[in-house]
Amino acid sequence: MTAPLLSVRDLHVRFSGRKGTVARAVDGVDLDVYPGEVLALVGESGCGKTTLARTILGLERPAQGEVHFKGQPLAYDTASLRRYRREVQMVFQDPSGALNPRQTIYEAVAEGLRIQKLHENEAALVADALSRSGLRPPERFMPLYPYEVSGGQRQRVVIAGAMVLRPELIVADEPVSSLDASVRGEILQLMLRLVQDTGVTILVVTHDLGLAWNIADRIAVMYLGRIVEQGTTEELLDDPRHPYTRALLSVVPEVERMTPQILQGETPDPTRIPPGCRFHPRCPLVTDGETERLGIEQRCQGEDPALQPIATAVAGSEHVAACHAVD
Amino acid sequence: MSASALPDAVAPVPERVPLLSVRDLHVTYRSAAGVGVPAVRGVSFDLRSGETLGLAGESGCGKSTMAGALLRLLPRGTTVTGEVLLDGEDVLTMKPGRLRAVRWTEASIVFQGALHSLNPVQRIGRQLAEPVELHQPEMGGAELKLRVAELLEVVGLPARRAADYPHQLSGGQRQRVLIALALACNPSLLIADEPTTALDVMVQAQVLQLLEDLQRELGLAVIFITHDLSTLSSACRRLAVMYAGRIVEEGPSKDVFRDAAHPYTKALAAAFPVIGDPRFRRAPSGLGGDPPDPQHIPAGCSFHPRCPVAEPQCATVNVELWPAGPEHRAACVHVREGPR
Repeated sequence: MTAPLLSVRDLHVRFSGRKGTVARAVDGVDLDVYPGEVLALVGESGCGKTTLARTILGLERPAQGEVHFKGQPLAYDTASLRRYRREVQMVFQDPSGALNPRQTIYEAVAEGLRIQKLHENEAALVADALSRSGLRPPERFMPLYPYEVSGGQRQRVVIAGAMVLRPELIVADEPVSSLDASVRGEILQLMLRLVQDTGVTILVVTHDLGLAWNIADRIAVMYLGRIVEQGTTEELLDDPRHPYTRALLSVVPEVERMTPQILQGETPDPTRIPPGCRFHPRCPLVTDGETERLGIEQRCQGEDPALQPIATAVAGSEHVAACHAVD
Repeated sequence: MSASALPDAVAPVPERVPLLSVRDLHVTYRSAAGVGVPAVRGVSFDLRSGETLGLAGESGCGKSTMAGALLRLLPRGTTVTGEVLLDGEDVLTMKPGRLRAVRWTEASIVFQGALHSLNPVQRIGRQLAEPVELHQPEMGGAELKLRVAELLEVVGLPARRAADYPHQLSGGQRQRVLIALALACNPSLLIADEPTTALDVMVQAQVLQLLEDLQRELGLAVIFITHDLSTLSSACRRLAVMYAGRIVEEGPSKDVFRDAAHPYTKALAAAFPVIGDPRFRRAPSGLGGDPPDPQHIPAGCSFHPRCPVAEPQCATVNVELWPAGPEHRAACVHVREGPR
C-alpha cells in the first residue's frame, strides 16, 4: 500500500474556557489521508471536525500528538508553515467571506503566488487556475470584483486561489453548504475533475452524507472529538455499523430503507465528554435495551472503545468502528 | 405530547372551501433607484385545512417574499396585487385591526433565521404570554401560566423553561419556543420559512418530527418553505416549486420529487443524491448558469437560458401550468406537448 500523504497520530486539541473548563475538541484522533483520494470527514457541528481540519492546516497547535505530511512532522515556525502552505491549501465554507471585496479576481487568485514569492509567469498561472476551475475564458473574469459574479463563481475563484499553487492536498470545510442546490453539484463536479486531472488529494469536512456519496472515496465519522467509524464510502453508507453513523444516515430524508432514528438532546458538549463510550448517553442500543441483552452495558459505561475491524467484513476491508456492540 | 394539550384546537372539518386561496399574487419591490423589481409574478394555489404544502426554490425565487405577502409583512412601498383569501376573507384588503387579530389567531409564521427574534432580556414565559394576553384579555393570571406551560409542552420543552432567558436555551430549543409562540393563539395555518436551515442534522430531524406531529395532532395546515427539496418531499404531501417568481411545477410530493415534469425541478431534485443509489455515486449533478436577475427576467419561459431541453419557441412562448399527471401540473412546453 502507498504511504499516506498526511498522517495524524493520537491528536489532541484543547481549548480552555472561562471558569477553568477545558474543551477537548479533538480527543485522540488517528487518521491517514492517501495521495489522490477524496476523504470525507463527517459529523455534526461541535464534533471537532473543523478543529481537526484547522490543526491539519497548522492553524491550531495540538496539545498532544502530531501531524505528519509526507512522513515529516509539521513544524510551526513561520518559514516552515509558509513552505507547508505551498503544498496544503484550504477552501472555506463561505466564498463571500473568503474573498476581499476590494480585490479583483486576478489579485485574489494571484495572492497565494505573491505570498510564496513566485513571481514568474504569474499571469499565466492565474489564467490556468481560473480556467481549470471552470472560469473561462479567464481573461473575462480577471478584472471583475467578487460582487460582479455569482455565488457559485465566487466559490470557483476561491478554488482557483487554492489550486494556483498546485498543492498536493486541499482541505475543504463545507465547500458547498452556503451554495444553492443547483450550483452545489457544479462545484462538486469541479472538485472531482481536479482530482482526476491534477491528482490533488482532498480532505472534505462536511455534515452532508449525500455529498460524501457524491464525491468521497472514504469516510471518517467523527463524534465528540473522536473518529467513531471509518471505511470506504460504500462500506460505510451501505452497511454502517456504529449506532451513531446509523442514526445520522437514518435521518437523511431520501434514505427510506432505514427507520428514522432521531437522537434526542442536543449536540454534546466537548467540555464534558462522558466516561466509557462517549456516545452511550445518546446511544439507541442503550435506550432500547440491546446493550443489556448483549451483556455489554457495563463496558459501554466504563470502557472507552477503540476503533476495531468489523468482524464480519470482507477480507482486506479497512472498515473500522469504535463500538462495544460491533466486536 | 398529545392533542388534548391544546383543548382549544379545533379538529379540521371536512370542507369544500379551501382554508387559504391565493389568486394571481404579484409582489413588486421598489429598488433604491425607484425601479420596480418583480419578486412574485402571478402565483395561485389553494390549501385545505390540515394540509401541508412544501414550497421549494432557490434563493431569490420569491418564496420568502410570497410568505411575507400572505400576512402582509413586507416593507412599505412594496406593491402587492391579487387575492389572499384566508377563510374566505381577503388579507390584502383587511383593515389593520382585523389584520393584527388574523396574524395570531388564523395564521402565524415562523421565520428564517428566527433564532435572533426572541427578546434576549425577557423570560421565555413572558414572551409566550404576551400574544395570549393580547388576544384573550379575559384570561386570568393562573390560567395564563397554565397556557404557557401547555404551549411549552406541546413543543416538547419542560414547563420550567418558562423561567429561562433565550441565551439559556440551545438553538434547537429556541426554534421550539418560536414554534410555540406561533401556536399561542391556536392558528389554523402555520407558515414555516426555513425553520430548520440553521440547525444541525439531528436537531433538524427533531424539529421536523415536531412539526409533523403538530400538523397531525392539531390539524394544522402548514406551508413549509425551504430550498431543501428532499426535506420537503418527506415532510409535505404536496410540493410547489418556484422559479423566478412563479410556480413552475406542483403536485403530490413523491411525483414532483422523483418524477418531475419540469426540467428545473428535475435538475433541483438530482442535486440531492440518493445515498446508496449507484447513479449518484461519484456523479454530482448540477445545473449550469444562475437564476435570473429579477430586473431582467428572460422573455418566454424564464428558465429557457439554463434549460437543457430548451427549444427555439421557449424564448417566446407563454408558459402556464399544464396538466402533467393526476393533481400534477408543470409549466413547460414539453408537458403541454406530451412526452418526447
